[in-house]
Amino acid sequence: MIELQDIKKGFGDKEILKGVSAVMESGKVNLIIGASGSGKTVMMKCIVGLIEVDAGKIIYDGKDFTSMDTHERKAIRQEIGMLFQGSALFDSMTVEQNVMFPLDMFGKGSYREKKKRVAECLERVNLKDAAKKFPAEISGGMKKRVGIARAIVLNPKYLFCDEPNSGLDPQTSLLIDQLIKELTVEYNITTVMNTHDMNTVMESGDHIVYMYQGQKQWEGSNKEIVFSDDQLLNDFIFASEFLREAKEMRQHELFSSGKWKEDLKNKGGNEGGNDKK
Amino acid sequence: MEFRFFYHFGNYLLMLKGMFSRPENMKMYWKQFMQQCVDIGVGSFGIVFIISLFMGGVTTLQTAYQLVNPIIPKSTIAQVVRDTIILEFAPTLTSIVLAGVVGSKIASELGNMRVSEQIDALEIMGINTKGYLILPKIMAAVLMIPVLVMIAGFLGVWGGKEAGVLSGIISPDEFIQGLRQDFKAYNVFFALAKSYTFGFIISSVSAYYGYNVRGGALEIGKASTTAVVVSCVLVLFMDYALTAILL
Repeated sequence: MIELQDIKKGFGDKEILKGVSAVMESGKVNLIIGASGSGKTVMMKCIVGLIEVDAGKIIYDGKDFTSMDTHERKAIRQEIGMLFQGSALFDSMTVEQNVMFPLDMFGKGSYREKKKRVAECLERVNLKDAAKKFPAEISGGMKKRVGIARAIVLNPKYLFCDEPNSGLDPQTSLLIDQLIKELTVEYNITTVMNTHDMNTVMESGDHIVYMYQGQKQWEGSNKEIVFSDDQLLNDFIFASEFLREAKEMRQHELFSSGKWKEDLKNKGGNEGGNDKK
Repeated sequence: MEFRFFYHFGNYLLMLKGMFSRPENMKMYWKQFMQQCVDIGVGSFGIVFIISLFMGGVTTLQTAYQLVNPIIPKSTIAQVVRDTIILEFAPTLTSIVLAGVVGSKIASELGNMRVSEQIDALEIMGINTKGYLILPKIMAAVLMIPVLVMIAGFLGVWGGKEAGVLSGIISPDEFIQGLRQDFKAYNVFFALAKSYTFGFIISSVSAYYGYNVRGGALEIGKASTTAVVVSCVLVLFMDYALTAILL
């Protein structure tokens, strides 16, 4: 579990994050959504420590990441896997070498054991046949899957995905979402994902944080989101006529199944999620 | 202007300081160092071979052109060629060329890694990217550039001899005799001192500009050009400073 406590970040005069608090739950896909410039990417970079926060705390399973020294942070970072928007694969290495890299750097065990682990990960993302190829020789979707394999090879406790669907066709996008969701449940990982993809929101969003102008505007699940009366959220998520119709259909479907009310009762939450702050 | 200078100089020093931490895996750092030695040393050998031969040849022809006094023995041509190559041409000219070849490669490689988030990916893994990416490059350059300079010195003198003999200016025996006259081993030490300094400047300055690229492909190109220009200027400046101090 990752807790964000009133984190603030600005660049010069511009305040990007204006005191965001949220909880990223383990074993769930936690989504950060919002329009471009709303502070999602800065927030993710703050959580992983690529950008230092100006104020507030980031707590990884009870350990305050913001007050840690370099050595302690290194230890936490070895429990983090990250999938970048552009995959960030090492150009000079093959797919297999890319996935092997974290194991070579930090993993214990023989070369044979490492190779076996790499083969398992590549098989998990359905890329066993591409092991000897270079990143330049594979498609965007395959690169993302290699990125996922590299991120999970050390059995991370936390998985961060920065817009994993960007630039992918809907079918590949769906495959990536399913894969991330399965891995999250399988390894009980705390997954945090930045996304613009509404399909991801509706299919994978166990827990969603909607950012608006550097603040948390709404928080809830993909079931709650269809019942939210937050105007800003609805304008963002259900922007087109098609999506508004889809929302109504989903509302009807959830109401008739009764699952939505059951979920709410279990959580003891408010109808339509928690509006801001 | 002053502020920009101090900003870059301060950041450059912080980068150098940041390189020194306990390696996460010594074997991987060693592998990276060896890879850089191959890239810098073997990768630049071809161009060093060509420029050294021509540098020696041209020096012989121009020295002979200027030494027209019949009282001056022809072996003096070889003496002048030897000292010019050892003291100046081999370390400085080779380093200027290497600033273009090696410097631009280091800056563009790191710049591309920065822009494509590969450096961020390494950071997230808990790797000291300055230590893993920059330190092996600097160490490899400090080791390999003096080796290349020494090779350039030998090839330059050999090229000078061949040019002199082929053009009928000087006989091989006279040239060898000239090479042996008043040879000072200190000159070789001076050339080595310069090449170590230039190796450090070329690799560290280029790494600084590459590592700190922000933006896209255009900025990688700009960083690469800036790295080469700044390296060349610093090499020439240090050339003068070391000559004034050591000679």
